[in-house]
Amino acid sequence: MSLLEVKDLTVTYRASTSAASPEKRGSAGAGDVPAVRGVSFTLDAGQKLGLAGESGCGKSTMALALLRLLPKTAHLTGEIRFDGEDLLTMSWGRLRAVRWAGASIVFQGAMHSLNAVQRIGAQIGEPIRLHSPKVGDAEIRRRVGELLEHVGLPARRADAYPHELSGGQRQRVMIAMALACDPQLIVADEPTTALDVMIQAQILTLIESLVAEQGISLLMISHDLSVLADTCDRLAIMYAGRIVEEGPAATVFGAARHPYGQALAAAFPRIGDPASRRRLQGLAGDPPDPADLPAGCSFHPRCAVRLGHCDLVDPSLWPTAGREVPDDGESHKGKGNRPAGDGTRAACVRVLPDDGLSLVEKESA
Amino acid sequence: MSEPIPNAPILSAEDVHVEFEARRGDGRARAVDGVNLDIAPGEIVALVGESGCGKTTLARTLLGLEKPTSGRVLHRGIPLAYTSKALKRFRRDVQLVLQDPSGSLNPRHTVYDAVAEGLRIHGDVPDERERVADALSRAGLRPPERFFLRFPHELSGGQRQRVVIAGALVLEPNVIVADEPVASLDASVRGEILALLLRLRDELGLAALVVTHDLGLAWNIADRVAVMYLGRIVETGPVEKILTAPEHPYTQALLSVLPEAPGAPVVLQGEPPDPTRIPAGCRFHVRCPVLASGAAAAAGVDGRCRGDDPGVLAGGTAIQVACHYARTVSSPDGPSDGPAAAARP
Ligand SMILES: Nc1ncnc2c1ncn2[C@@H]1O[C@H](COP(=O)(O)OP(=O)(O)OP(=O)(O)O)[C@@H](O)[C@H]1O
Ligand SMILES: Nc1ncnc2c1ncn2[C@@H]1O[C@H](COP(=O)(O)OP(=O)(O)OP(=O)(O)O)[C@@H](O)[C@H]1O
Ligand code: SF4
Ligand code: SF4
Ligand SMILES: [Mg+2]
Ligand SMILES: [Mg+2]
Repeated sequence: MSLLEVKDLTVTYRASTSAASPEKRGSAGAGDVPAVRGVSFTLDAGQKLGLAGESGCGKSTMALALLRLLPKTAHLTGEIRFDGEDLLTMSWGRLRAVRWAGASIVFQGAMHSLNAVQRIGAQIGEPIRLHSPKVGDAEIRRRVGELLEHVGLPARRADAYPHELSGGQRQRVMIAMALACDPQLIVADEPTTALDVMIQAQILTLIESLVAEQGISLLMISHDLSVLADTCDRLAIMYAGRIVEEGPAATVFGAARHPYGQALAAAFPRIGDPASRRRLQGLAGDPPDPADLPAGCSFHPRCAVRLGHCDLVDPSLWPTAGREVPDDGESHKGKGNRPAGDGTRAACVRVLPDDGLSLVEKESA
Repeated sequence: MSEPIPNAPILSAEDVHVEFEARRGDGRARAVDGVNLDIAPGEIVALVGESGCGKTTLARTLLGLEKPTSGRVLHRGIPLAYTSKALKRFRRDVQLVLQDPSGSLNPRHTVYDAVAEGLRIHGDVPDERERVADALSRAGLRPPERFFLRFPHELSGGQRQRVVIAGALVLEPNVIVADEPVASLDASVRGEILALLLRLRDELGLAALVVTHDLGLAWNIADRVAVMYLGRIVETGPVEKILTAPEHPYTQALLSVLPEAPGAPVVLQGEPPDPTRIPAGCRFHVRCPVLASGAAAAAGVDGRCRGDDPGVLAGGTAIQVACHYARTVSSPDGPSDGPAAAARP
């Protein structure tokens, strides 16, 4: 059994709090933001999954949904099973037990959200105290010291205030906090964005070794596909609230099949590769407004290889077979056709048999 | 007043030092500690290095926003005069593009006003509308009229960064200094903005100094790269050379930690170093993997690593490296000061 199983998850931010009242549920009103629109995936114990996609595509919303940390205006449907239990129907008491000890999260921008007037030791000790009220102060101090050393900070830094630490050190504190109650799963939302390359490398090596040593599962979110490809086993790419491509990290990064996945991968230069030297293709256009999505494939207004019926069918994830999505031949060279069954799936009509034309007939029937 | 010198670099730093009074009375921070740097017309130079190494301070100094403690900034071969009149004239030629487009645009100003502001400061009002439209379309916002009345919140991140660039272009400068121009942007938008910088160079001959800690960006667009460590440029030369066959152990470490890099990453431990306590000898020696591994000792330079400053690199376009070890192993006739022999210790 997988540690985490997400099935058909949707998250809609209601336009106002009152609209979230039970009688209105289920009907999408004007101004509602469907931030996550039917996401399914599984994560096994000890596995590392990377989630990428451009700003606003719903990554953080999904992460917060996994721990039910969303604001009241967010309406969820679907299933999130953690260790077999459905998180969406779980009682608050049980949920509290799962947070921190089952699964913990390193929030996006969290290094700026440490309490400025509290010593970091106290902040790291807080989840332990909440979780095991019987543990004494001395034991908590000992444990905090251990956690700090674990993330590469001397135990005596427990007395420091956040402003006395650099960005990289504060991010380590956040990771120590996430580890405080020995979780089985860590969700890390942009853990290294805004840190410079050397500090980023320090944090990533740290996360990797902690995950490996303790057999923790990792869901790591970033818009930097190259960072995810390097750290994770599998990669999922989100676009407009959906996963549009998912598979082994190297395949998705090196030979994406979805045109959006290809554009995202091409945006990262490979130093030494002449193809990315003074040759840049940005992805034209803007990410769609989640409250006003294009018909059919939501990527079609920006897709360089769209077909005539792409504004009619909304493809779901489909195992990729041995066909290539045409591209300019420069940015994703040499991978050739790969056989079906490497576990890569893409939501594009071009991976469907007959380019998904049969779906057009079905939908217009 | 002297005439511009033909063929002179459009913008140069000449042995520039910038010191700040450090916080908590820790003495003085030598944020820029001896830098020579030239930017030729039409050239794109990337200034890279880790956080706190002095990139922004050097960029601000080149723009005349910060006065060097010693050394000087030259514009077309003429030392910069720090009078408001001279600076105003200088600004027409050398423009700044700031990091974070959301922070540098006023949320209550329309796109038109944001771009026109630069012109108005210089009192050029007559053909304002045309010039704003022209700057917007050169920045890739077409047709420009469609964007005139929009507010920043009605634009995407990439469009906002384009507006900031249009604001810099409206005065028709010959150089722009861009501080982390794509750091806060999405991967897909990043390509779009970098392609724009390349196109402006090709079409208008615009030179640029791009400040970044993103080495991939340097690979994408720059002709030349200067690697900065703790207030100094420690290695410089053409991008193809420096990023594929770096000789300074610091440049090698920076490249090795990139996710795509082959081989084992050399993760330097500890925080970025402190400009109030610059180590004696080679300023990198306390973190240098080549010294720590014994390779420097084997080459007989370890004493110099700890005791002799490898010196300030010269300006110009030559390949140079401020490292005793690299100068020794890469030169067939043993120890020498290599291309930087003329540099001051
Ligand atoms: N509390 C909220 N109320 C209403 N809409 C929201 C709320 N939080 C997020 N959204 C919207 O939901 C969508 C998804 O946001 P989310 O924060 O999940 O994106 P993201 O992929 O994490 O982006 P980023 O890379 O910028 O962090 C966006 O359109 C956003 O504006
Ligand atoms: N006005 C100032 N007063 C005192 N110290 C300063 C001042 N400005 C910069 N410094 C110090 O000078 C050093 C260089 O700072 P600078 O902003 O130039 O670095 P940077 O390379 O641009 O870093 P980043 O990549 O984080 O932007 C830092 O140690 C910084 O703390
Ligand atoms: S379904 Fe059509 S529009 Fe969508 S990504 Fe595939 S080819 Fe492009
Ligand atoms: S001079 Fe010595 S300490 Fe400095 S970078 Fe070179 S080998 Fe390392
Ligand atoms: Mg987010
Ligand atoms: Mg800076």
